[in-house]
Amino acid sequence: MTNGFALQSGDDGVIPTASFAALLGQHQLAPTWEIPPGSIEAPEATTILAIRWTDGVVMAGDRRATAGNFIAHRRVKKVYPADDRSAVAISGTAGMAEELTKLFQTELEHYEKIEDTRLSLDGKANFLARLVRGNLPLAFQGLIVVPLFCGYDEQEGVGKLYSFDVVGGRYDEQDYATTGSGGSEARAFLKSAWRDGLDESEAVRVAVEALVAASEEDSATGGPDPKRGIYPNVVTVTADGYREIPDDEIAPVAVDVMEGRP
Amino acid sequence: MTMPFYVPPEQLIKDRAEFARKGIQRGRPIGVVEYDGGILLIGENPNRSLHKTGEIYDHLAFAGVGRYNEFEMLRVAGIRYADVKGYAYARADVTGKGLANAYSQTLGQIFTHEVKPYEVEVVVAELGDDDNHLFHVRYDGTLRDKQDFAVIGGDEDRLVEEIGAGYRPDMSLSDTIGLTMTAIQNATENEIPPEHWEAGVLDRSLGRRKFRRLTPNEITPSD
Repeated sequence: MTNGFALQSGDDGVIPTASFAALLGQHQLAPTWEIPPGSIEAPEATTILAIRWTDGVVMAGDRRATAGNFIAHRRVKKVYPADDRSAVAISGTAGMAEELTKLFQTELEHYEKIEDTRLSLDGKANFLARLVRGNLPLAFQGLIVVPLFCGYDEQEGVGKLYSFDVVGGRYDEQDYATTGSGGSEARAFLKSAWRDGLDESEAVRVAVEALVAASEEDSATGGPDPKRGIYPNVVTVTADGYREIPDDEIAPVAVDVMEGRP
Repeated sequence: MTMPFYVPPEQLIKDRAEFARKGIQRGRPIGVVEYDGGILLIGENPNRSLHKTGEIYDHLAFAGVGRYNEFEMLRVAGIRYADVKGYAYARADVTGKGLANAYSQTLGQIFTHEVKPYEVEVVVAELGDDDNHLFHVRYDGTLRDKQDFAVIGGDEDRLVEEIGAGYRPDMSLSDTIGLTMTAIQNATENEIPPEHWEAGVLDRSLGRRKFRRLTPNEITPSD
């Protein structure tokens, strides 16, 4: 039918009919990017991390996007709700990361509405891995997207973390996970700072500290900027759902962390 | 070669309409009623997991009666329509009118072109900032924009009378639940056990996604 309204799906038998991504393909709306070989300079997003604590997970990201040596954007949001029980953040080419996030969010909501139940946390992570794998040809041309995914597993009652690689490999992480250009610096910090039994405010503080540590070593990662009122995005996911921690709660933590840095 | 019998179009439409109406008459009615904080959708449904009402989009809900497989197909098609539109443009561009028109076109097409018309009626409820919309779509594609409340399913006329008699603007949710439950039981002359109700609301106080199902505790009449 002409108005985009169809009763039957063009079911190819492999992807379940509840899949939104498959539906987009039928409408020729699936995100496709074809670029000639060579490099293009698109803004890139940088340090992202996730930490497991007692009741759930904390995810945080800096706010800077760079294009080569330039700071392209200072207030980029990199951490998003995937649905009400999970969060996603994507490092790499900012524009594609945003599109991928939107597609991922819509897919989860679409599935939830049609099936009247949320996908399992593992199911969400596997779907995200497939999205990343679909992007592999572009990764060879420099448009890399690498997400980090975390959420609250409603079946097992625990917070879980997943990291990915550029070919769509999915890895279950135990205690903390990082990605992006400042990811290794943040991971090095978390290795010593993370401990079992962190509570929420401790986990938030550790996350901010790790981002600050990364921003000190990596020029593509932006540190907190109290003068302009720019602070990291920090979110938590627990049994009660996804919660974005507002700037006025993060600001004192960030300022305190920066003052305490050697 | 045998010649098909001539059937006048009036007769054809009449037969089809009668067939569809019979199917719908057997269905238990659903009332969609506005209250001070949103829109209530409630009806009898002994099935725990096969729902007649559901979420379509942020501020849009669906209610269907008749054949389950047919209105379920419409519900899923509605979600697909809304999600694709919202993804391609913006969330605010998904409107109840657009969806109701799509349902109307589809049902009208099926009514005249398919072997058998759909034995369904649906309501698209849209929660607006200032004014709500209730779109009532019949088996033949007839589309109406209802004020205050909409009713689909068997004993529709009686139920409209029953709800109309007790309805006042800006009632509380619990009053609206009580009114609609009593009205449905009176109209169908049927005592419905508490666990056989299905109800959902488009709740203005919720965040982006306004639809939620009511728990059995919320449905139980307070009298």
